[in-house]
Amino acid sequence: MSEDRQGPAPGRAAFGQKTAEIVVAALFLAVGALVMWDSLRLGASWAEDGPRPGYFPFYVALIIVVSSVFNIIRALAVPKAKDKAFVERGQLKLVLSVLVPAALYVTAVTWIGIYVSSAVFIAFFMRWLGKYPWWKVAAVSLGAAAVFYVIFEMWFLVPLPKGPVEALIGLN
Amino acid sequence: MHGFGVALTPMNLVLMFTGVILGVIIGVLPGLGGANGVAILLPLTFGMAQTPGGATSAIILLSCIYWGALFGGAITSILFNIPGEPWSVATTFDGYPLAQKGRAGNALTAAFTSSFIGAFVAVIVITFLSPVIAEFALAFGPAEFFGVYLLTFCAFVGTSKEPPFKTLAAMMLGFGLAAVGTDPVTGTLRLTFGTVPLLTGFDFLVAVIGLFGIGEILLTLEEGLEFRGTRAKINFRVVMETWKELPRYWATSVRSSAVGCFMGIVPGGATPASFMSYGVARRFSPNGAKFGTGQVEGVVAPETAAHAAGTSALLPMITLGVPGSPTAAVLLGGLMIWGLQPGPLLFIEQKEFVWGLIASMYLGNIAGLIVVLTCVPLFAAILRVPFSVIAPVIIVICAIGAYTVHNAIFDVWMMVVFGVLGYLFKKLQYPLAPLVLAIVLGDSAESSFRQAMLFSQGDMAILFSNKLVGGLTTVAIVLLLWPLVTWLIAKARRASA
Repeated sequence: MSEDRQGPAPGRAAFGQKTAEIVVAALFLAVGALVMWDSLRLGASWAEDGPRPGYFPFYVALIIVVSSVFNIIRALAVPKAKDKAFVERGQLKLVLSVLVPAALYVTAVTWIGIYVSSAVFIAFFMRWLGKYPWWKVAAVSLGAAAVFYVIFEMWFLVPLPKGPVEALIGLN
Repeated sequence: MHGFGVALTPMNLVLMFTGVILGVIIGVLPGLGGANGVAILLPLTFGMAQTPGGATSAIILLSCIYWGALFGGAITSILFNIPGEPWSVATTFDGYPLAQKGRAGNALTAAFTSSFIGAFVAVIVITFLSPVIAEFALAFGPAEFFGVYLLTFCAFVGTSKEPPFKTLAAMMLGFGLAAVGTDPVTGTLRLTFGTVPLLTGFDFLVAVIGLFGIGEILLTLEEGLEFRGTRAKINFRVVMETWKELPRYWATSVRSSAVGCFMGIVPGGATPASFMSYGVARRFSPNGAKFGTGQVEGVVAPETAAHAAGTSALLPMITLGVPGSPTAAVLLGGLMIWGLQPGPLLFIEQKEFVWGLIASMYLGNIAGLIVVLTCVPLFAAILRVPFSVIAPVIIVICAIGAYTVHNAIFDVWMMVVFGVLGYLFKKLQYPLAPLVLAIVLGDSAESSFRQAMLFSQGDMAILFSNKLVGGLTTVAIVLLLWPLVTWLIAKARRASA
């Protein structure tokens, strides 16, 4: 493989490592608190017939909360000068350039089925990021959809979500 | 010996190779794993199992898919740094750095050969020690089971490179996710917050696909559009070269086989076995400090143990009806659908079936080794496909994989969420493996804990009530406190210096 990556030149940080550490640890804290709250609702204590449903999750969540408090303290202890970039702007843009289409793709599956949206998704990538000629784009995206159809619907007999286009050509 | 006669019919040999090849493909595709690969193919075997001797053929096909998946997981781990299976996560630690150094062929050969050795040792164990081991595990109560889980999870804290509190947080998040849905003991709905999609809880397959598959794609993108797969060249020379190197690691092989067999027989499974074995090898090996930078030994340890555990997981399944791994659980379900009741009686009533299956384990693994050593160039071809083509295809396969778990679009959304989490966690050094393992084992760990507590009326002393469980718990606590001990030692040294 070639060594010259098409990666972006080092740029400005979108946000710092310290911020990311604190945000993620705070998320853990929030999840832990939520689980504890729901466990208390179900009863985290000991009943006549043994531990109640919230017993195990309550202590699990307690460990999450305690660990995240430690993680937040650790992150706060990092001096500002030592903070480094968690993700650079250019990198974040690239990551989002996959994440956003992927989310749109999942939304599309619900409406137009998995085969059409997969073909569109693959075509979009090849054209937009790969700059392939249209005939290659069409061949790969339609070919992949067809291969998936054969493998899953015909070999493995797993029905995948289908939409109006499949109905139109009678593949339902 | 009679078993070989059963397994060696031409039809069964064809099924064996078909199963292994399918299994490798399933193991290589990040979206299709051993457990759901077997589950998807299970309905196809109903017809086959009805014919005389057909149940044996069907189990040979399915178990060979399992062997293939065990072998295949190593390929993506080493070449793409994407574990195809949860048990090959530990293989990425040294396998991928080796591939980056241009020694992918050696890493793959080492992985396949170790897998084969691990499996072979496990089959010998199954053949000769099954009565002894069955008796040993029969004495297990819930407290002992919980002791095993405790040991596995504490081992993560003790041996992981990541900060211990991050390991704990990630692991407990896994347990929390596993608790979502129906309470395994009382049937009460927990943590669903009145929503329908959460009723069935989170499936570890969806989490694995998101955390590893999508997460890795996002991480890769940061580096630009070049896909970080490495090329593999496997030829006769590389194989021989690696085989000459492997005997040096005999001690690691022996330890890993032992860890694997034990973890497979008690319901620990291949995944914790591979991690434990990697951790143990790192502590004991003279090259321990270099682990993670691309040591062949770091590939040998997890692969031997994973395969030994994956194979020996079938021992409690056929002797006791207790599956040692998720895939073994699916196979168990298959046996019951075919009308075979797994348990000690199987050895008496269905001799032909049992010994046919055991013989097919020997032959299936030989078939597996042949297939993977010769077919790797085919998989290497995938690496020449540019990232802008392979990335959307991998995402689509992941989405289909996540969808097929429960036929739910909600799972595909969860996959995307887990993908983002996987990206964040990897960058912030939250370990993913204990998180995934906790999701898999959460329910059984909780059940065994609550049963043990019921048994003792809430007295924790039950975890020390006999030598076996007491030993497990003690080792677990030592491993849990290990980071604290090393920290205190380091502090004391600094103070005295």
